[in-house]
Amino acid sequence: MGSAPSLDERDYVREGATQTAVKILVVGHFAVGKTTLIGSISEIEPLSTEETMTQAAEPVDDLKGVQGKTTTTVAMDFGRLTISDRVVLYLFGTPGQQRFVQMWEDMARGALGALVLVDPERLADSFPVIDLIEHYGLDYAIAVNHFDGTPLRDERALREALDLLDDTPVVTCDARDEKSSAAALTTLVRYLLDRTR
Amino acid sequence: MTGHDGWQPEAPELVRPYVITKGRGLPDEDDLSLITLVTASDGQQQRPARLSPEEQSLLDLCAAGYLSVAEIAGHTHFPLGVVRILLASLMEGGHLTTRPPVARARLADREILEEVLNGLRAKFG
Repeated sequence: MGSAPSLDERDYVREGATQTAVKILVVGHFAVGKTTLIGSISEIEPLSTEETMTQAAEPVDDLKGVQGKTTTTVAMDFGRLTISDRVVLYLFGTPGQQRFVQMWEDMARGALGALVLVDPERLADSFPVIDLIEHYGLDYAIAVNHFDGTPLRDERALREALDLLDDTPVVTCDARDEKSSAAALTTLVRYLLDRTR
Repeated sequence: MTGHDGWQPEAPELVRPYVITKGRGLPDEDDLSLITLVTASDGQQQRPARLSPEEQSLLDLCAAGYLSVAEIAGHTHFPLGVVRILLASLMEGGHLTTRPPVARARLADREILEEVLNGLRAKFG
């Protein structure tokens, strides 16, 4: 086995699209379908990276002191989509746990916005996620991951339950379906665009 | 420097991060954000032998084109913090070139959002 993983040409960012890298967060509670949604849109096999929380959260000078501690690692999944000749979009899937502050700061910094994936049967699980997104000041749209046969609450009830602003978009999507996931993302970006007006 | 001797992707679990980074600390995260794009600088043929196997490995990975910091971590299975430190060290040595993501002031830029919107529509209908 070689030292560096051998990558295909397609694994690299296309020449030109390297001009502008942007990111959008795909957030939601555990097992809501974040990685599925990213995988359905991404042009690369979704990757995962670990952040070692204790270390990342400590100032540099304290690294030595950290050696004896147990560190928590948390994985984030992400994918990539070349948008145009000059823009490449990254989609980062972020778990909703509040304790991973450092990771959230990393993720939120410079993000265009967030797509909040919601399970209509577990709405309460989405509260802490939405709190975090609002804490970091990110604009977001709600995508209700609507699996076959799941009864969908009416939108007004859902808006009320999640305490959404009137203009926050709510769409239903099937995270397994490329077009459906892309439509949810498109709704978010159109909303972000409206917000700049 | 093919690096076929010794270092395996499993290594991160066997070596503590601070050994791999030689005790170096985290670089400024604005320099190496998750989506900062990185590639090997031109003229990397005369690569100094004093690079660690891990640094060599990252340089090999970056030789064929641009990858984001997050992708480099994903492909190598190194923790993100370790990757950042190694990349910063390689940048210091002039071995890597980076392309930072757009500045915060430009993020709300209509032009970028419009381009993303049009790109999504073109790709997925």
